[in-house]
Amino acid sequence: MAVPILKQGPYLIASVQSALTDADLLELRNALVEKVGRFRSRGVIVDVTALDVMDSFASRTLRDIAHMIRLRGAETVIVGIQPEVAFTMVQLGLTLEGVATALDLEEGLAYLDRAAKTGGGETRSGGA
Amino acid sequence: MKKRRGKSRSTARKRPAPTPERVRVQMRVAIHSDHDIVTARQEGRLLAKQVGFSDTSLTLIATAISELARNILLYAREGDLTLGIVERNGQSGIAVVASDRGPGIPDLSRALEVGYSTSGSLGLGLPGVRRLMDEFEVESRVGRGTRVTARKWR
Repeated sequence: MAVPILKQGPYLIASVQSALTDADLLELRNALVEKVGRFRSRGVIVDVTALDVMDSFASRTLRDIAHMIRLRGAETVIVGIQPEVAFTMVQLGLTLEGVATALDLEEGLAYLDRAAKTGGGETRSGGA
Repeated sequence: MKKRRGKSRSTARKRPAPTPERVRVQMRVAIHSDHDIVTARQEGRLLAKQVGFSDTSLTLIATAISELARNILLYAREGDLTLGIVERNGQSGIAVVASDRGPGIPDLSRALEVGYSTSGSLGLGLPGVRRLMDEFEVESRVGRGTRVTARKWR
């Protein structure tokens, strides 16, 4: 498993440690979608602080993860997108629309705690 | 004879015919699997770092390489990426050439439209790379292959 997934209370935390191949990304997606059911998790954090490139495939897979996890009844938040990576993503038109993001792990946990209190992130604008 | 048949060409920037560039360093990465995509963008980043690009430009270049390498895998299954440090008119830059012997692109102008894709992907490949780099050229012959050249100057 290229990306370790830790269970932290009601949440799952996946921290990307190094560059990911397309196969690694798909494996992460499948593992999260399965584990969120096995551990009855309420939320998922994907920490991409270590990623120095987010191309169209990585971006689309992260979006798919967030949407699949939502269909499984939990919330996902992507944390740690680096400034240069954000710049490049915007140039490419990869805006991760409909996906929650936060600055870092701490903010991501705070986001999930808030989402749990208000009964999910459905109150946010800009779903789809 | 019939050399130009089925061949189309597009140049993104309206620069005049450029003076020849000098290639200082060059390396080739064969693209056969998704691992090679990672290798290519890491090698490209290292080369670009030697040229002295900013962190933002390094990320732009590495991402462009990633998209080009994935295009090879998606459409041609295999091919080559040639990465080079180049000099022209006293300027240094990086040149990325992606070439394959795949099916070629029948309608180049459509392939360069944002949102167009024949592979079921997001279709950001070529127009995306074009936006990230300073110069961008595609040559493609149906049934023969495709060659994309992209450069970024420091």
